[in-house]
Amino acid sequence: MTGDTEKSQDDLAATMNALLIRVSEDRDKEAFQTLYRYYAPRLKSFMLGKGTDAHLAEEAVQETLVKVWRKAALFDPALASASTWIFTIGRNMRIDMLRKSIRPEPDYSDPAFTPDPVPVASDKIQKDQQGKRLKAALSILPAEQSEILKLAFFQEKTHGQIAEELGLPLGTVKSRARLALKRLRSVLGENE
Amino acid sequence: MTIQHHPSDELLLDYASGALGEAWSLAVATHLSLCPACRSAMAEMETIGAGLLDAATPVPLSNDALEMIMQRLESDDVNTQQPAQPVRAQPSGSGLPQPLSNYAENGLGEIDWQRLGLGASQYLIPTGDHGVTARLLRIPAGRPVPEHTHGGLELTLVLSGAFSDQIGRFGPGDFQEADGSLQHQPRAEPGADCICLAVTDAPLRFKSLAARMVQPFLGI
Repeated sequence: MTGDTEKSQDDLAATMNALLIRVSEDRDKEAFQTLYRYYAPRLKSFMLGKGTDAHLAEEAVQETLVKVWRKAALFDPALASASTWIFTIGRNMRIDMLRKSIRPEPDYSDPAFTPDPVPVASDKIQKDQQGKRLKAALSILPAEQSEILKLAFFQEKTHGQIAEELGLPLGTVKSRARLALKRLRSVLGENE
Repeated sequence: MTIQHHPSDELLLDYASGALGEAWSLAVATHLSLCPACRSAMAEMETIGAGLLDAATPVPLSNDALEMIMQRLESDDVNTQQPAQPVRAQPSGSGLPQPLSNYAENGLGEIDWQRLGLGASQYLIPTGDHGVTARLLRIPAGRPVPEHTHGGLELTLVLSGAFSDQIGRFGPGDFQEADGSLQHQPRAEPGADCICLAVTDAPLRFKSLAARMVQPFLGI
């Protein structure tokens, strides 16, 4: 990967974060439309992953983006990048609308919640840099490992279901997922 | 609270991807409420999910999709709907962490425990999952659960008190994943009853004939 594409990936993450902050603070519809042009076609790909009907997938994308608009004030760039925040909204929308199921989630405002230790000062810088490193690492992941991640995240399959689909022993699927995680984590954890 | 036992990466990944069903997710999510280390691992996995989203092949939407969304945002404006603001949840009074307290609103003091015999009791937690059972289990202080293995998967999250088996000691926040490869006899520590959230997809397999004979009446 050349220095130029690394820079553009860096810029992309920073641009998306800035756009989402404009939506959050200024209710900026132009910024929202720019986010739409980038995320909506990717979210559609994501929603179609399970073999969902195209019309339904598109409805789920629309609901996700309306939610991005309505919940934008909750976006905190110190906790997650715009892509990560929007991914989690899309994932939850898929569970809610397409699987019609409930996803129990921790509630950060719950008094019984065990808070994080004092945050590391370099966290934010690190999050900005994560995007490009992650993209590079994903692109060189062995195919048999990235296949597991795609089946998990895009087709909403558990390890057991992936083993069934690929006709592999569960242990093989688990070890491939572990290897992928190990590699990607070492990339995400750099500068720590 | 020092948590020693955590969910496996596989389970966390199934939760991060959204593939994990409601009842299993209840155990994982309640552990996450208590465990900053696993939340940090979860954040990494969600970042990986976002990386896959960024790398996805874009699929065009229909031409009027953006216009339809913008109309909905306009009607938000007209209805002067306030954008979401962070709110601080009220103490549930249950003493249970979210999201579990959504499922047992009145807390541990008010639970309508159903006796299982052998001094133990349970409360079945209703979820939308079929074939997977979530329950609160109360094991009296100092008492064992009869030795058993598992027909399927069992997730156990300790909420109060503690138990020990040959794997180790499990106190509040600790998480155990057990399957057919683990035959164990958990024993609650003396001093306080051990209360756990337990999620299973098959009945336990008790070693002793006596325990197997009463099992149909215990419903576990």
